[in-house]
Amino acid sequence: MSNRHLTTAVAKPTALTHPESLKNPAGPSAFAKDPANAGLTKADKVKLYTQMARIRHFEQRCIRTYQQGKIGGFLHLYVGQEAVAVGTLSVLGKNDHLITGYRDHGHALMVGMDMNSCMAELQGKATGCSKGKGGSMHYFAPDKNYWGGHGIVGGQAPLGTGIAYALKQKGLKGCCLVYMGDGAVNQGAVHEAYNLAALWDLPVIFIIENNGYSMGTSQERSTAHPGSLAKRAEGYGMDWDLVNGHDLYEVRAKTAVAVKRAHEKNRPTVLEIFTYRYFGHSMADPDKTYRDKEEIKGYREEKDPIKLWEKELLNEGVLTDALVASINEAAMEEANKAADFADASPYPTVESITQDIYWEEDNRGKDTTSRGTIIFE
Amino acid sequence: MPILSYREAIRAAMREEMKRDENVVIMGEEVAQFNGAYKVTEGLLKEFGPKRVIDTPISEAGFIGLGVGASMLGIRPVMELMFWSFSYVAFDQIVNNAGNIRYMSGGLINCPIVIRGPANGGTNVGATHSHTPEAMLAAHPGIKVVCPATPYDAKGLLKAAIRDNDPVYVMENTILYNDKGEVPDEDYIVPIGVADVKRAGTDLTIVAHGRAVITSLKAAEILEAEHGVSVEVVDLRSIRPLDEETILASVRKTHRVLLVEENKPFCGVDAQVAYIIQSKAFDELDAPIGRVSSIDAPQIYSKPLEDVQIPSPARVVEAALKVLA
Ligand SMILES: Cc1ncc(C[n+]2csc(CCOP(=O)(O)OP(=O)(O)O)c2C)c(N)n1
Ligand SMILES: [Mg+2]
Repeated sequence: MSNRHLTTAVAKPTALTHPESLKNPAGPSAFAKDPANAGLTKADKVKLYTQMARIRHFEQRCIRTYQQGKIGGFLHLYVGQEAVAVGTLSVLGKNDHLITGYRDHGHALMVGMDMNSCMAELQGKATGCSKGKGGSMHYFAPDKNYWGGHGIVGGQAPLGTGIAYALKQKGLKGCCLVYMGDGAVNQGAVHEAYNLAALWDLPVIFIIENNGYSMGTSQERSTAHPGSLAKRAEGYGMDWDLVNGHDLYEVRAKTAVAVKRAHEKNRPTVLEIFTYRYFGHSMADPDKTYRDKEEIKGYREEKDPIKLWEKELLNEGVLTDALVASINEAAMEEANKAADFADASPYPTVESITQDIYWEEDNRGKDTTSRGTIIFE
Repeated sequence: MPILSYREAIRAAMREEMKRDENVVIMGEEVAQFNGAYKVTEGLLKEFGPKRVIDTPISEAGFIGLGVGASMLGIRPVMELMFWSFSYVAFDQIVNNAGNIRYMSGGLINCPIVIRGPANGGTNVGATHSHTPEAMLAAHPGIKVVCPATPYDAKGLLKAAIRDNDPVYVMENTILYNDKGEVPDEDYIVPIGVADVKRAGTDLTIVAHGRAVITSLKAAEILEAEHGVSVEVVDLRSIRPLDEETILASVRKTHRVLLVEENKPFCGVDAQVAYIIQSKAFDELDAPIGRVSSIDAPQIYSKPLEDVQIPSPARVVEAALKVLA
């Protein structure tokens, strides 16, 4: 009797609810005429295609460079997920910011980081975007409102929430997009960030890039949820939505709603974007045991975000086969040139190991406030 | 004697202790179905089943804390951290809860948890994934920390850790996982808190732990072959408790000391070792204590530079010659 209230609890669902559009990915997008997309010119649409193609060719070139032994450590590829970074970031304005995890190359290229410095970073060269100090997981470009590139799962969630707080504090009408994976939603830091964002009315958008797996663990094996990962937002009184990440129009449309909410009401949103990674978790993952070859093939053949966008634009008469070929050729060429640039670049100097640690140490002068030895050796 | 890799030795320790005590369970990310991110736990799910070998979500604060709690009730959790670097999101559980519960309960509650996983740089993965927290953790009374350098020690120390009634944190090294060595089949433990003289010598004592032992042994060979110097290498094996006697006995024998560790120098393990030597064997020293550690910066990603940042045999040789000069 004392436990009667528990009997009303809903049974724990094991399968996630997916957005409707995910079921028929090959059809024309229901979001083509959405206000977020209605204003797109032909050139805009081609540019979105180009941006996805650039990411894919960059990543494919990375595989080759890795196999040549020129990239070590971890290399997490974004292939298959391109429409998420390109779609979400394409609706942002000048005061909007982003932060992500270690699968960060797609976002970097989309915000305008150049392939040369991105490739050089992977090879640990001094010309890399982080001077060879960060590596694949730690890209940064604050001048492009891109705050990383973070290696610790979920660690970026409070940071992004802090960026949103800073925007609000400074009276800027902007927001911060915080990307994370479907495994990251189980980090405590993410939940603390959710609470702060909702409690303090912060203009932040949490984007769960749900590619179905966290390393070798399928989403079902890692996460208790009330029907979707995004729906956990309800526990914090936040808005949320499910997004088909294979449909660029839909990604743009639903992100735009969240951005508007952030800009106009300072309210946070959780977006769960369904997507898929074609390669292993990182290059170190042989990807042989935890998912079906058929499953990967199915996504590659039927739901590839670039192919679907290409089809959409061919139907609209925006793209032609010739244009598709030339865009891909140019992207491949750009990636190859980046690899050459990285090859030809020097490694950082030994002295540089102890630079960039403290502002104070790099700017010693009469204005600095600390004294004493702060770097040993 | 059978030859096992460091990885296999750790696995053997877990297998044997799981057979010996049904309260031993293994938890961590990818430890079960994926057979471990580094294949250390390979085959254990198959052998012991999902009740004893458990995959966790990426919730270190949650599952480590759960392990601490379970240990209070007599479960002996062996928790795998994919990297000790990820312990930082679970710091409160690892330090505040596991390290203090016995003391704060006036000895009423024990916490027989083992947390193990790699804690090393040198693998080109950048600053967030290259932490070596042994000194930082050992700074907390209530916590034990061991750093095996060889397959034999890895197995013996882990078995001792699992049987220990206090929290024991085992720092492994991904670069050592494939190293091979003799590991007996029969049941043995390496007692926690006993250092090991890995090489006997008369002219210089090198004190090291973890992979720095391997680096120091290579340096010792070079010093012998090229400089005619006889080097004794003392492997601490355990950071806390620390085997002062073995260190001091070696110092009394050689009168010259070089400390080598892969930590950053500031408040490193060797700062403590140096203090002990000068306070208890000051008159034995014929030269100031030398020291080699990682260059004092966050771990650099770039591989050739990271190789400069962490101690190499060449750097150890150079520093040794200074101590001997
Ligand atoms: C705190 C922490 N724990 C574990 C890891 C190791 N790790 C890196 S990525 C990853 C899986 C993350 O999966 P998900 O969040 O779904 O993102 P995806 O890789 O699929 O993009 C794990 C376990 C880490 N980097 N940080
Ligand atoms: Mg994932």
